[in-house]
Amino acid sequence: MLAHTLFFYFFSIITVGSALMVIVSKNTVHAVFFLILDFISVGCLFIMIGAEFLGMIMLIVYVGAVAVLFLFVVMMLNVAEQKQSWFRGQKSTHIPIGLMVSIVILLEVLVVVGGWKYKTNFVNTESIAISSNLSNTHLLGNVLYTDYIHLFQIAGVILLLSMIGAIVLTYRKREGVKTQSYINQISRDKESSIEIVQVSFDKGVKIDD
Amino acid sequence: MISIELGHYLALGGTIFLLGIVGIFLNRKNVIVILMSIELILLAVNINLVAFSTYSNEITGQIFTLFILTVAAAEAAIGLAIIVSYYRIKGSIRIEDINEMKG
Repeated sequence: MLAHTLFFYFFSIITVGSALMVIVSKNTVHAVFFLILDFISVGCLFIMIGAEFLGMIMLIVYVGAVAVLFLFVVMMLNVAEQKQSWFRGQKSTHIPIGLMVSIVILLEVLVVVGGWKYKTNFVNTESIAISSNLSNTHLLGNVLYTDYIHLFQIAGVILLLSMIGAIVLTYRKREGVKTQSYINQISRDKESSIEIVQVSFDKGVKIDD
Repeated sequence: MISIELGHYLALGGTIFLLGIVGIFLNRKNVIVILMSIELILLAVNINLVAFSTYSNEITGQIFTLFILTVAAAEAAIGLAIIVSYYRIKGSIRIEDINEMKG
């Protein structure tokens, strides 16, 4: 039980501290760095408590997609109004913070890998849901694809909706760009495109366009 | 020995939830920090659900967490798209510059 206590306090202190840094840091890029640290800490907490699948999904979805999306938008909009740049030779303030966050992440991963074999005596997960022989992913799949199949489908529709919404919101029609118009190409018919003229002798044809 | 019970996880979730709400109210910089605070709030809810799920031996809480994760990703994508298109129109996403509604 002592191991559980140590792991819990290690990860939760990092979680709360980085959540605090997200809301107080002046630089938005640093706030996103601490958000990434927060997600990874909570992911490790999930892994240690027995929800391995959700912990890994936390890393993939939150850190790999959402936080990187945040970072991308922050840097694209230049919200922090950075005077210094990577390319102008001045020192960037992102490097020390980023290095610190990376070192803490490495430490957390080492702790999780090191504490993996003590994981089973943290909480009593032997009797969880259906069977103890199945892994967490297997258990989730058993329930998700049977009892909650409609919610699962609706979740897919929500993702499709957000994809379409994001494209519609940020799509910009540029002027002066020559592109193919498929509708015009397909909807041509014989009458509008070719004309058969009877050429009379010694007069020729007058081409009007 | 100090044993970690359900209450410890609930306290952690509550703390992060409060930090998210404080981040929404205290923020004077830009809208992206507000979106990040909303992500923190959803994360706190996820912690609560997973803790309850583990301590009461019921897998359903983790299913709910999965759906919250989906909705959070969709919400972040839409919110950032709105912010990008607003920035294109106005050239700024500072909180004090966004006052069309006089709210």
